[in-house]
Amino acid sequence: MLSIKNLSVHYGGIHALRGISLDVPAGGIVTLIGANGAGKSTTLNSIMGLVKAGGSVKWNGKEILGVPTRRIVESGLVLVPEGRRVFPNLTVDENLSLGAYARSDKAGVEADRERVFALFPRLKERRQQKAGTFSGGEQQMLAVGRALMSRPSVLMMDEPSLGLAPLFVGMIFDIIRQINAAGVTVLLVEQNAKAALEVADTGYVMETGTIAFSGGGKDLLIDDRVRKAYLGET
Amino acid sequence: MDNPRKNPMSRNAALTLAASIAGLGLLFVFEATFDPFTMQIFKLCAINVILALSLNLINGFTGLFSLGHAGFMAVGAYTCAILAMTPAQKTANFILQPIVPWLADVHLPFLPALLIAGLFAGFIGWLLGVVALRLRDDYLAIATLGFSEIIRVVLTNAQPITNGSLGLKGLPRYTTMWWAWGAAIAVTVFLVLLIRSSYGRAFKSIRDNEIAAEAMGIDVFGMKVLSFTISSFLAGIAGGLLAHYLTTIDPKQFIFLKTFDILLIVVLGGVGSITGSIVAAIAVTLSMEVLRFLDGPLNLGFMVTQGIPGLRMVFFSALLMIVVIFRQQGLMGTSEFSWDALARIGLLPRRGAKPGTGIE
Repeated sequence: MLSIKNLSVHYGGIHALRGISLDVPAGGIVTLIGANGAGKSTTLNSIMGLVKAGGSVKWNGKEILGVPTRRIVESGLVLVPEGRRVFPNLTVDENLSLGAYARSDKAGVEADRERVFALFPRLKERRQQKAGTFSGGEQQMLAVGRALMSRPSVLMMDEPSLGLAPLFVGMIFDIIRQINAAGVTVLLVEQNAKAALEVADTGYVMETGTIAFSGGGKDLLIDDRVRKAYLGET
Repeated sequence: MDNPRKNPMSRNAALTLAASIAGLGLLFVFEATFDPFTMQIFKLCAINVILALSLNLINGFTGLFSLGHAGFMAVGAYTCAILAMTPAQKTANFILQPIVPWLADVHLPFLPALLIAGLFAGFIGWLLGVVALRLRDDYLAIATLGFSEIIRVVLTNAQPITNGSLGLKGLPRYTTMWWAWGAAIAVTVFLVLLIRSSYGRAFKSIRDNEIAAEAMGIDVFGMKVLSFTISSFLAGIAGGLLAHYLTTIDPKQFIFLKTFDILLIVVLGGVGSITGSIVAAIAVTLSMEVLRFLDGPLNLGFMVTQGIPGLRMVFFSALLMIVVIFRQQGLMGTSEFSWDALARIGLLPRRGAKPGTGIE
Protein backbone atom coordinates (compact mmCIF):
# COMPACT_ATOMS: atom_id res chain seq x y z
CA MET A 1 0.00 0.00 0.00
CA LEU A 2 2.94 2.33 0.63
CA SER A 3 5.52 1.91 -2.05
CA ILE A 4 8.72 3.92 -2.15
CA LYS A 5 10.88 3.96 -5.26
CA ASN A 6 14.25 5.54 -5.76
CA LEU A 7 13.77 8.13 -3.00
CA SER A 8 16.67 10.56 -2.79
CA VAL A 9 17.37 13.61 -0.61
CA HIS A 10 20.13 16.19 -0.62
CA TYR A 11 20.92 18.35 2.41
CA GLY A 12 23.03 21.07 0.89
CA GLY A 13 25.95 19.14 -0.61
CA ILE A 14 25.25 15.98 1.39
CA HIS A 15 23.53 13.15 -0.40
CA ALA A 16 21.49 11.86 2.55
CA LEU A 17 19.34 9.36 0.66
CA ARG A 18 20.78 7.74 -2.46
CA GLY A 19 17.71 6.32 -4.13
CA ILE A 20 16.16 3.89 -1.72
CA SER A 21 13.18 1.65 -2.43
CA LEU A 22 10.97 -0.17 0.03
CA ASP A 23 7.48 -1.54 0.33
CA VAL A 24 5.14 -1.40 3.28
CA PRO A 25 2.33 -3.93 2.82
CA ALA A 26 -1.04 -3.30 4.45
CA GLY A 27 -1.43 -4.65 7.98
CA GLY A 28 2.22 -5.42 8.55
CA ILE A 29 5.01 -4.05 10.66
CA VAL A 30 8.03 -2.94 8.65
CA THR A 31 11.16 -1.76 10.36
CA LEU A 32 14.02 0.31 9.08
CA ILE A 33 17.18 -0.24 11.10
CA GLY A 34 20.65 1.16 10.76
CA ALA A 35 23.32 3.26 12.40
CA ASN A 36 23.11 6.96 13.19
CA GLY A 37 23.09 9.07 10.07
CA ALA A 38 22.12 6.22 7.77
CA GLY A 39 19.07 8.21 6.60
CA LYS A 40 16.28 6.48 8.52
CA SER A 41 14.63 9.62 9.88
CA THR A 42 15.17 11.39 6.58
CA THR A 43 13.21 8.63 4.89
CA LEU A 44 10.20 9.13 7.17
CA ASN A 45 10.40 12.92 6.98
CA SER A 46 10.49 12.88 3.21
CA ILE A 47 7.50 10.52 3.03
CA MET A 48 5.59 13.06 5.17
CA GLY A 49 6.67 15.94 2.98
CA LEU A 50 8.67 17.57 5.77
CA VAL A 51 11.84 17.28 3.67
CA LYS A 52 12.13 17.88 -0.08
CA ALA A 53 12.89 14.65 -1.91
CA GLY A 54 13.17 13.19 -5.40
CA GLY A 55 11.88 9.85 -6.59
CA SER A 56 8.46 8.43 -5.95
CA VAL A 57 6.29 7.61 -2.94
CA LYS A 58 3.05 5.90 -3.89
CA TRP A 59 0.35 5.67 -1.24
CA ASN A 60 -2.61 3.50 -2.26
CA GLY A 61 -1.47 3.95 -5.81
CA LYS A 62 -1.27 7.77 -5.67
CA GLU A 63 1.91 9.79 -5.83
CA ILE A 64 2.31 11.80 -2.60
CA LEU A 65 5.73 13.40 -3.06
CA GLY A 66 5.16 17.15 -3.19
CA VAL A 67 1.72 16.89 -1.60
CA PRO A 68 1.36 19.21 1.47
CA THR A 69 1.88 17.43 4.80
CA ARG A 70 -1.64 18.18 5.99
CA ARG A 71 -3.12 16.36 2.99
CA ILE A 72 -0.91 13.37 3.74
CA VAL A 73 -2.04 13.36 7.39
CA GLU A 74 -5.67 13.59 6.27
CA SER A 75 -5.15 10.57 4.02
CA GLY A 76 -4.14 8.47 7.04
CA LEU A 77 -0.36 8.50 6.92
CA VAL A 78 0.92 9.75 10.27
CA LEU A 79 4.34 10.28 11.81
CA VAL A 80 5.39 10.14 15.46
CA PRO A 81 8.43 12.39 15.16
CA GLU A 82 11.79 11.62 16.70
CA GLY A 83 12.63 12.90 20.15
CA ARG A 84 9.08 12.78 21.50
CA ARG A 85 8.05 16.10 20.06
CA VAL A 86 5.03 16.64 22.24
CA PHE A 87 3.85 20.21 22.85
CA PRO A 88 5.34 20.89 26.31
CA ASN A 89 3.21 23.90 27.27
CA LEU A 90 -0.06 22.28 26.27
CA THR A 91 -2.07 19.85 28.36
CA VAL A 92 -2.52 16.18 27.53
CA ASP A 93 -6.02 16.94 26.28
CA GLU A 94 -4.79 19.74 24.03
CA ASN A 95 -2.00 17.56 22.66
CA LEU A 96 -4.51 14.85 21.81
CA SER A 97 -6.88 17.37 20.20
CA LEU A 98 -4.03 18.52 17.98
CA GLY A 99 -3.49 14.92 16.91
CA ALA A 100 -7.05 15.02 15.59
CA TYR A 101 -6.49 18.42 13.97
CA ALA A 102 -7.20 17.17 10.46
CA ARG A 103 -10.49 15.53 11.50
CA SER A 104 -13.89 17.13 11.80
CA ASP A 105 -16.05 14.30 13.22
CA LYS A 106 -16.34 15.43 16.82
CA ALA A 107 -17.99 12.29 18.17
CA GLY A 108 -15.40 10.05 16.54
CA VAL A 109 -12.59 12.17 17.98
CA GLU A 110 -13.99 11.86 21.50
CA ALA A 111 -14.39 8.11 21.07
CA ASP A 112 -10.78 7.86 19.96
CA ARG A 113 -9.70 9.98 22.92
CA GLU A 114 -11.28 7.40 25.22
CA ARG A 115 -9.57 4.63 23.23
CA VAL A 116 -6.19 6.33 23.74
CA PHE A 117 -6.92 6.71 27.46
CA ALA A 118 -7.77 3.00 27.62
CA LEU A 119 -4.41 2.24 26.02
CA PHE A 120 -2.55 4.69 28.30
CA PRO A 121 -4.39 5.06 31.60
CA ARG A 122 -1.63 7.30 32.95
CA LEU A 123 -2.57 9.94 30.38
CA LYS A 124 -6.15 9.98 31.59
CA GLU A 125 -5.06 10.62 35.17
CA ARG A 126 -3.10 13.64 33.98
CA ARG A 127 -5.23 14.95 31.17
CA GLN A 128 -5.12 18.54 32.47
CA GLN A 129 -1.40 18.50 33.15
CA LYS A 130 1.15 20.10 30.85
CA ALA A 131 3.05 17.61 28.73
CA GLY A 132 6.40 19.24 29.52
CA THR A 133 6.17 18.05 33.13
CA PHE A 134 6.10 14.38 32.07
CA SER A 135 8.90 11.81 32.12
CA GLY A 136 10.40 10.69 28.83
CA GLY A 137 8.35 7.51 28.74
CA GLU A 138 5.10 9.32 29.44
CA GLN A 139 5.88 11.86 26.73
CA GLN A 140 6.48 9.05 24.28
CA MET A 141 3.11 7.53 25.23
CA LEU A 142 1.51 10.89 24.63
CA ALA A 143 3.25 11.22 21.27
CA VAL A 144 1.95 7.81 20.24
CA GLY A 145 -1.53 8.58 21.59
CA ARG A 146 -1.54 11.88 19.75
CA ALA A 147 -0.68 10.14 16.48
CA LEU A 148 -3.46 7.60 17.04
CA MET A 149 -5.94 10.47 17.39
CA SER A 150 -5.66 11.11 13.67
CA ARG A 151 -6.95 7.56 13.10
CA PRO A 152 -4.00 6.54 10.91
CA SER A 153 -3.94 3.64 8.48
CA VAL A 154 -0.15 3.77 8.54
CA LEU A 155 1.70 4.88 11.66
CA MET A 156 5.32 5.83 11.11
CA MET A 157 7.38 5.92 14.29
CA ASP A 158 10.80 7.50 14.48
CA GLU A 159 12.94 5.92 17.21
CA PRO A 160 10.17 5.45 19.77
CA SER A 161 12.51 3.73 22.23
CA LEU A 162 15.25 6.38 22.10
CA GLY A 163 16.41 7.42 25.56
CA LEU A 164 13.74 5.50 27.43
CA ALA A 165 14.16 3.39 30.56
CA PRO A 166 14.19 -0.38 29.77
CA LEU A 167 10.76 -0.82 31.35
CA PHE A 168 9.28 1.75 28.98
CA VAL A 169 11.08 0.26 25.97
CA GLY A 170 9.29 -3.04 26.57
CA MET A 171 6.01 -1.21 27.03
CA ILE A 172 6.39 0.77 23.82
CA PHE A 173 7.02 -2.36 21.77
CA ASP A 174 3.98 -4.02 23.39
CA ILE A 175 1.93 -1.02 22.40
CA ILE A 176 3.25 -1.20 18.84
CA ARG A 177 2.06 -4.82 18.65
CA GLN A 178 -1.35 -3.82 20.03
CA ILE A 179 -1.74 -0.95 17.59
CA ASN A 180 -0.81 -3.25 14.73
CA ALA A 181 -3.21 -5.93 15.95
CA ALA A 182 -5.95 -3.30 15.80
CA GLY A 183 -5.33 -3.03 12.06
CA VAL A 184 -2.82 -0.17 11.78
CA THR A 185 0.14 -0.70 9.49
CA VAL A 186 3.40 0.29 11.18
CA LEU A 187 6.61 1.63 9.68
CA LEU A 188 9.13 1.65 12.49
CA VAL A 189 12.53 3.32 12.48
CA GLU A 190 14.77 2.03 15.23
CA GLN A 191 18.33 1.84 16.47
CA ASN A 192 17.28 -0.87 18.90
CA ALA A 193 17.57 -3.45 16.14
CA LYS A 194 16.82 -6.50 18.28
CA ALA A 195 13.55 -5.24 19.70
CA ALA A 196 12.49 -3.85 16.33
CA LEU A 197 13.21 -7.04 14.38
CA GLU A 198 11.38 -9.10 16.98
CA VAL A 199 8.09 -7.29 16.28
CA ALA A 200 8.60 -6.72 12.55
CA ASP A 201 7.39 -8.81 9.65
CA THR A 202 9.96 -7.26 7.34
CA GLY A 203 13.18 -5.44 8.06
CA TYR A 204 15.28 -3.14 5.92
CA VAL A 205 18.86 -2.41 6.91
CA MET A 206 20.11 1.05 5.95
CA GLU A 207 23.72 2.13 5.53
CA THR A 208 24.77 5.66 4.52
CA GLY A 209 21.73 6.55 2.51
CA THR A 210 21.11 3.21 0.84
CA ILE A 211 19.30 0.01 1.71
CA ALA A 212 22.05 -2.56 2.25
CA PHE A 213 19.77 -5.57 2.45
CA SER A 214 16.37 -6.64 3.65
CA GLY A 215 14.50 -9.71 4.78
CA GLY A 216 11.93 -11.11 7.17
CA GLY A 217 12.19 -9.80 10.74
CA LYS A 218 13.00 -13.19 12.22
CA ASP A 219 15.46 -13.98 9.42
CA LEU A 220 17.38 -10.77 9.92
CA LEU A 221 17.56 -11.46 13.63
CA ILE A 222 19.76 -14.47 12.90
CA ASP A 223 21.53 -12.95 9.90
CA ASP A 224 25.28 -12.79 10.48
CA ARG A 225 25.68 -9.31 8.99
CA VAL A 226 22.97 -7.92 11.25
CA ARG A 227 24.27 -9.72 14.30
CA LYS A 228 27.78 -8.38 13.80
CA ALA A 229 26.88 -4.82 12.97
CA TYR A 230 23.77 -4.10 15.05
CA LEU A 231 23.30 -6.70 17.72
CA GLY A 232 26.85 -6.50 19.03
CA GLU A 233 27.50 -10.22 18.65
CA THR A 234 30.62 -11.74 17.18
CA MET B 1 -19.62 15.13 32.02
CA ASP B 2 -20.08 13.67 35.47
CA ASN B 3 -22.29 15.30 38.03
CA PRO B 4 -19.85 16.93 40.48
CA ARG B 5 -18.65 19.24 37.74
CA LYS B 6 -22.09 20.68 37.20
CA ASN B 7 -22.10 22.70 40.39
CA PRO B 8 -18.83 24.58 39.98
CA MET B 9 -19.75 25.28 36.36
CA SER B 10 -22.93 27.11 37.24
CA ARG B 11 -21.22 28.74 40.19
CA ASN B 12 -18.50 29.98 37.83
CA ALA B 13 -21.09 31.27 35.38
CA ALA B 14 -22.81 33.15 38.20
CA LEU B 15 -19.51 34.58 39.39
CA THR B 16 -18.64 35.70 35.86
CA LEU B 17 -22.02 37.40 35.49
CA ALA B 18 -21.63 39.11 38.87
CA ALA B 19 -18.11 40.25 37.99
CA SER B 20 -19.30 41.62 34.63
CA ILE B 21 -22.10 43.61 36.27
CA ALA B 22 -19.70 44.87 38.93
CA GLY B 23 -17.24 45.87 36.21
CA LEU B 24 -19.92 47.72 34.27
CA GLY B 25 -21.08 49.41 37.47
CA LEU B 26 -17.52 50.42 38.19
CA LEU B 27 -17.26 52.10 34.79
CA PHE B 28 -20.41 54.14 35.57
CA VAL B 29 -19.05 55.08 38.99
CA PHE B 30 -15.71 56.08 37.48
CA GLU B 31 -17.38 58.20 34.83
CA ALA B 32 -19.42 59.99 37.50
CA THR B 33 -16.61 60.39 40.05
CA PHE B 34 -13.41 61.22 38.29
CA ASP B 35 -12.35 64.38 36.51
CA PRO B 36 -11.73 64.27 32.75
CA PHE B 37 -7.95 63.97 33.16
CA THR B 38 -8.21 60.86 35.31
CA MET B 39 -10.73 59.42 32.88
CA GLN B 40 -8.16 59.89 30.10
CA ILE B 41 -5.84 57.54 31.99
CA PHE B 42 -8.55 54.89 32.30
CA LYS B 43 -9.20 55.14 28.57
CA LEU B 44 -5.49 54.74 27.89
CA CYS B 45 -5.57 51.60 30.05
CA ALA B 46 -8.16 50.11 27.71
CA ILE B 47 -6.18 51.00 24.58
CA ASN B 48 -3.05 49.49 26.07
CA VAL B 49 -5.01 46.33 26.93
CA ILE B 50 -5.86 45.92 23.25
CA LEU B 51 -2.28 46.60 22.18
CA ALA B 52 -0.82 44.16 24.71
CA LEU B 53 -3.32 41.45 23.77
CA SER B 54 -2.65 41.83 20.07
CA LEU B 55 1.14 41.69 20.55
CA ASN B 56 0.75 38.71 22.88
CA LEU B 57 -1.22 36.84 20.24
CA ILE B 58 1.74 36.91 17.87
CA ASN B 59 4.65 36.88 20.36
CA GLY B 60 3.17 34.84 23.16
CA PHE B 61 0.69 32.43 21.64
CA THR B 62 2.20 31.87 18.22
CA GLY B 63 5.81 32.25 19.34
CA LEU B 64 6.86 34.70 16.63
CA PHE B 65 9.09 37.49 17.80
CA SER B 66 7.63 40.49 16.01
CA LEU B 67 8.63 44.09 16.68
CA GLY B 68 6.49 45.85 14.12
CA HIS B 69 3.56 46.83 16.28
CA ALA B 70 4.11 50.58 16.21
CA GLY B 71 3.87 50.39 12.41
CA PHE B 72 0.47 48.69 12.45
CA MET B 73 -0.78 51.13 15.07
CA ALA B 74 0.35 53.99 12.86
CA VAL B 75 -1.47 52.54 9.85
CA GLY B 76 -4.64 52.18 11.93
CA ALA B 77 -4.34 55.62 13.50
CA TYR B 78 -3.83 57.44 10.21
CA THR B 79 -6.47 55.49 8.32
CA CYS B 80 -9.07 56.07 11.01
CA ALA B 81 -8.20 59.75 11.39
CA ILE B 82 -8.25 60.55 7.68
CA LEU B 83 -11.56 58.75 7.19
CA ALA B 84 -13.26 60.34 10.20
CA MET B 85 -12.11 63.96 9.77
CA THR B 86 -14.56 66.41 8.24
CA PRO B 87 -13.60 67.96 4.88
CA ALA B 88 -13.27 71.31 6.67
CA GLN B 89 -10.79 69.88 9.17
CA LYS B 90 -8.80 68.40 6.31
CA THR B 91 -8.55 71.75 4.56
CA ALA B 92 -7.46 73.36 7.83
CA ASN B 93 -4.81 70.71 8.47
CA PHE B 94 -3.23 70.37 5.05
CA ILE B 95 -1.58 73.77 4.77
CA LEU B 96 1.65 72.85 2.96
CA GLN B 97 -0.01 70.85 0.22
CA PRO B 98 -3.70 70.10 -0.19
CA ILE B 99 -4.92 66.59 0.48
CA VAL B 100 -5.33 64.32 -2.55
CA PRO B 101 -8.78 64.92 -4.09
CA TRP B 102 -10.08 61.37 -3.64
CA LEU B 103 -9.71 61.68 0.14
CA ALA B 104 -10.75 65.32 0.49
CA ASP B 105 -14.48 64.70 0.79
CA VAL B 106 -14.43 61.36 2.58
CA HIS B 107 -16.14 61.63 5.93
CA LEU B 108 -17.24 58.50 7.77
CA PRO B 109 -18.73 57.96 11.22
CA PHE B 110 -16.34 56.59 13.83
CA LEU B 111 -17.30 52.89 13.76
CA PRO B 112 -16.85 52.28 10.02
CA ALA B 113 -13.69 54.39 10.03
CA LEU B 114 -12.32 52.32 12.92
CA LEU B 115 -13.19 49.02 11.26
CA ILE B 116 -11.66 50.07 7.95
CA ALA B 117 -8.56 51.18 9.86
CA GLY B 118 -8.33 47.71 11.44
CA LEU B 119 -8.91 45.95 8.13
CA PHE B 120 -6.32 48.06 6.35
CA ALA B 121 -3.74 47.42 9.09
CA GLY B 122 -4.65 43.74 8.89
CA PHE B 123 -4.14 43.80 5.12
CA ILE B 124 -0.72 45.42 5.50
CA GLY B 125 0.06 42.79 8.17
CA TRP B 126 -0.97 40.05 5.79
CA LEU B 127 1.26 41.49 3.04
CA LEU B 128 4.24 41.72 5.39
CA GLY B 129 3.46 38.32 6.90
CA VAL B 130 3.46 36.49 3.57
CA VAL B 131 6.96 37.81 2.95
CA ALA B 132 8.54 38.09 6.41
CA LEU B 133 7.11 35.00 8.10
CA ARG B 134 9.46 32.86 6.04
CA LEU B 135 12.06 34.19 8.45
CA ARG B 136 12.48 32.97 11.99
CA ASP B 137 13.46 34.29 15.41
CA ASP B 138 15.84 37.24 15.35
CA TYR B 139 15.55 37.66 11.60
CA LEU B 140 11.80 38.08 11.84
CA ALA B 141 12.26 40.61 14.66
CA ILE B 142 14.71 42.61 12.51
CA ALA B 143 12.47 42.48 9.45
CA THR B 144 9.35 43.62 11.34
CA LEU B 145 11.31 46.33 13.14
CA GLY B 146 12.54 47.57 9.78
CA PHE B 147 9.02 47.47 8.41
CA SER B 148 7.67 49.62 11.22
CA GLU B 149 10.35 52.23 10.51
CA ILE B 150 9.45 52.12 6.80
CA ILE B 151 5.83 52.89 7.70
CA ARG B 152 6.95 55.86 9.76
CA VAL B 153 9.15 57.20 6.97
CA VAL B 154 6.31 56.77 4.46
CA LEU B 155 3.93 58.64 6.76
CA THR B 156 6.45 61.44 7.15
CA ASN B 157 6.91 61.83 3.41
CA ALA B 158 3.48 61.14 1.94
CA GLN B 159 2.53 64.77 2.45
CA PRO B 160 -0.66 64.87 0.33
CA ILE B 161 -2.16 61.93 2.20
CA THR B 162 -0.83 62.11 5.76
CA ASN B 163 0.15 65.78 6.03
CA GLY B 164 3.74 64.59 6.65
CA SER B 165 5.57 65.56 9.77
CA LEU B 166 2.97 68.23 10.60
CA GLY B 167 0.64 65.43 11.63
CA LEU B 168 -3.12 65.64 11.94
CA LYS B 169 -4.63 67.91 14.55
CA GLY B 170 -8.06 68.54 15.96
CA LEU B 171 -9.44 65.05 15.43
CA PRO B 172 -12.89 64.54 16.90
CA ARG B 173 -12.66 63.15 20.44
CA TYR B 174 -14.59 59.99 19.62
CA THR B 175 -12.80 57.65 22.00
CA THR B 176 -15.01 57.83 25.05
CA MET B 177 -14.80 55.57 28.06
CA TRP B 178 -17.43 53.34 26.47
CA TRP B 179 -15.69 53.08 23.13
CA ALA B 180 -12.32 52.32 24.70
CA TRP B 181 -13.51 49.74 27.21
CA GLY B 182 -16.15 48.35 24.88
CA ALA B 183 -13.43 47.64 22.33
CA ALA B 184 -11.09 46.24 25.00
CA ILE B 185 -13.76 43.86 26.27
CA ALA B 186 -14.75 42.80 22.76
CA VAL B 187 -11.10 42.11 21.90
CA THR B 188 -10.63 40.16 25.14
CA VAL B 189 -13.67 37.98 24.51
CA PHE B 190 -12.61 37.45 20.90
CA LEU B 191 -9.10 36.39 21.92
CA VAL B 192 -10.31 34.05 24.66
CA LEU B 193 -12.58 32.32 22.15
CA LEU B 194 -9.83 32.27 19.52
CA ILE B 195 -7.25 30.77 21.88
CA ARG B 196 -9.67 28.08 23.02
CA SER B 197 -10.60 27.15 19.44
CA SER B 198 -8.69 24.74 17.27
CA TYR B 199 -6.97 27.76 15.71
CA GLY B 200 -5.66 28.76 19.13
CA ARG B 201 -4.41 25.26 19.75
CA ALA B 202 -2.69 25.31 16.37
CA PHE B 203 -1.00 28.66 17.23
CA LYS B 204 0.24 27.30 20.54
CA SER B 205 1.48 24.09 18.96
CA ILE B 206 3.52 26.11 16.47
CA ARG B 207 5.03 28.02 19.38
CA ASP B 208 5.84 24.79 21.23
CA ASN B 209 7.24 22.76 18.36
CA GLU B 210 6.99 23.77 14.74
CA ILE B 211 8.09 20.44 13.28
CA ALA B 212 5.66 18.42 15.36
CA ALA B 213 2.91 20.88 14.46
CA GLU B 214 3.70 20.37 10.80
CA ALA B 215 3.68 16.58 11.29
CA MET B 216 0.19 16.87 12.84
CA GLY B 217 -0.98 18.25 9.54
CA ILE B 218 -1.17 21.88 10.62
CA ASP B 219 -0.57 24.40 7.84
CA VAL B 220 2.18 26.09 9.85
CA PHE B 221 2.89 28.95 7.44
CA GLY B 222 -0.80 29.68 6.88
CA MET B 223 -1.47 29.72 10.60
CA LYS B 224 1.44 32.08 11.21
CA VAL B 225 0.12 34.45 8.55
CA LEU B 226 -3.37 34.25 10.06
CA SER B 227 -2.12 35.01 13.56
CA PHE B 228 0.02 37.88 12.25
CA THR B 229 -2.91 39.32 10.29
CA ILE B 230 -5.29 39.19 13.26
CA SER B 231 -2.65 40.77 15.45
CA SER B 232 -2.14 43.59 12.93
CA PHE B 233 -5.89 44.10 12.64
CA LEU B 234 -6.20 44.53 16.42
CA ALA B 235 -3.18 46.85 16.50
CA GLY B 236 -4.88 48.92 13.80
CA ILE B 237 -8.05 49.16 15.88
CA ALA B 238 -6.02 50.26 18.87
CA GLY B 239 -4.24 52.81 16.69
CA GLY B 240 -7.58 54.24 15.54
CA LEU B 241 -8.79 54.51 19.11
CA LEU B 242 -5.53 56.14 20.13
CA ALA B 243 -5.78 58.73 17.35
CA HIS B 244 -9.23 59.85 18.49
CA TYR B 245 -8.13 59.69 22.09
CA LEU B 246 -5.13 61.96 21.66
CA THR B 247 -6.91 64.01 18.93
CA THR B 248 -3.46 64.74 17.49
CA ILE B 249 -1.20 62.34 15.68
CA ASP B 250 2.12 62.68 13.96
CA PRO B 251 4.64 60.14 12.68
CA LYS B 252 7.04 60.68 15.60
CA GLN B 253 4.59 59.03 18.00
CA PHE B 254 5.04 55.74 16.23
CA ILE B 255 8.78 55.30 16.57
CA PHE B 256 9.91 51.80 17.48
CA LEU B 257 10.06 52.73 21.18
CA LYS B 258 6.27 52.53 21.13
CA THR B 259 6.58 48.83 20.30
CA PHE B 260 8.88 48.36 23.28
CA ASP B 261 6.35 49.98 25.61
CA ILE B 262 3.88 47.29 24.57
CA LEU B 263 6.49 44.55 24.69
CA LEU B 264 7.27 45.63 28.27
CA ILE B 265 3.63 45.07 29.20
CA VAL B 266 3.52 41.67 27.50
CA VAL B 267 6.72 40.46 29.15
CA LEU B 268 5.73 41.74 32.59
CA GLY B 269 2.29 40.16 32.33
CA GLY B 270 3.45 36.85 30.97
CA VAL B 271 4.20 35.87 27.39
CA GLY B 272 1.24 33.70 26.47
CA SER B 273 -1.29 34.85 29.07
CA ILE B 274 -4.36 36.94 28.28
CA THR B 275 -4.93 37.62 31.97
CA GLY B 276 -1.33 38.70 32.38
CA SER B 277 -1.50 41.15 29.50
CA ILE B 278 -4.68 42.75 30.81
CA VAL B 279 -3.41 43.11 34.37
CA ALA B 280 0.00 44.36 33.25
CA ALA B 281 -1.48 46.82 30.74
CA ILE B 282 -3.61 48.42 33.44
CA ALA B 283 -0.87 48.32 36.07
CA VAL B 284 1.80 49.79 33.79
CA THR B 285 -0.48 52.53 32.44
CA LEU B 286 -1.52 53.57 35.94
CA SER B 287 2.07 53.43 37.24
CA MET B 288 3.23 55.64 34.36
CA GLU B 289 0.95 58.33 35.79
CA VAL B 290 1.55 57.62 39.47
CA LEU B 291 5.31 57.69 38.95
CA ARG B 292 5.17 60.99 37.07
CA PHE B 293 6.66 62.70 40.13
CA LEU B 294 9.96 60.91 39.35
CA ASP B 295 10.40 63.14 36.29
CA GLY B 296 10.01 66.32 38.35
CA PRO B 297 12.40 67.85 40.91
CA LEU B 298 13.18 65.30 43.63
CA ASN B 299 14.35 65.86 47.17
CA LEU B 300 16.50 62.84 47.93
CA GLY B 301 17.49 64.10 51.40
CA PHE B 302 21.14 64.64 50.57
CA MET B 303 20.51 66.41 47.28
CA VAL B 304 17.74 67.95 45.26
CA THR B 305 17.54 67.11 41.55
CA GLN B 306 16.35 69.61 38.98
CA GLY B 307 13.92 67.16 37.43
CA ILE B 308 15.15 64.46 35.11
CA PRO B 309 12.70 63.76 32.28
CA GLY B 310 12.51 60.04 31.57
CA LEU B 311 13.42 58.86 35.07
CA ARG B 312 10.07 57.03 35.12
CA MET B 313 11.26 54.82 32.32
CA VAL B 314 14.35 53.91 34.34
CA PHE B 315 11.99 52.41 36.90
CA PHE B 316 10.29 50.28 34.25
CA SER B 317 13.59 49.27 32.70
CA ALA B 318 14.83 48.13 36.11
CA LEU B 319 11.57 46.28 36.69
CA LEU B 320 11.94 44.56 33.32
CA MET B 321 15.48 43.47 34.18
CA ILE B 322 14.34 42.11 37.53
CA VAL B 323 11.54 40.16 35.87
CA VAL B 324 13.82 38.76 33.18
CA ILE B 325 16.35 37.63 35.78
CA PHE B 326 14.08 36.33 38.54
CA ARG B 327 10.72 35.55 37.00
CA GLN B 328 11.08 35.02 33.29
CA GLN B 329 7.52 33.80 32.89
CA GLY B 330 6.25 37.20 34.02
CA LEU B 331 3.30 37.76 36.31
CA MET B 332 1.13 34.92 35.02
CA GLY B 333 3.40 32.74 32.89
CA THR B 334 1.07 31.03 30.45
CA SER B 335 -1.68 30.57 33.05
CA GLU B 336 -5.05 32.24 32.88
CA PHE B 337 -7.43 33.56 35.47
CA SER B 338 -10.20 31.17 36.41
CA TRP B 339 -12.60 30.93 39.33
CA ASP B 340 -11.42 27.39 39.99
CA ALA B 341 -7.83 28.59 40.23
CA LEU B 342 -8.98 31.17 42.82
CA ALA B 343 -10.68 28.35 44.70
CA ARG B 344 -7.51 26.29 44.59
CA ILE B 345 -5.40 28.97 46.24
CA GLY B 346 -8.10 29.39 48.88
CA LEU B 347 -9.63 32.74 47.88
CA LEU B 348 -12.97 31.10 47.13
CA PRO B 349 -14.59 28.16 48.90
CA ARG B 350 -14.08 24.92 47.00
CA ARG B 351 -17.28 23.33 45.89
CA GLY B 352 -17.47 19.92 44.36
CA ALA B 353 -14.38 20.46 42.25
CA LYS B 354 -12.23 17.36 42.16
CA PRO B 355 -8.65 18.20 43.08
CA GLY B 356 -6.36 18.44 40.11
CA THR B 357 -9.07 18.60 37.45
CA GLY B 358 -10.37 22.14 37.47
CA ILE B 359 -7.85 24.06 35.42
CA GLU B 360 -10.27 25.62 32.95
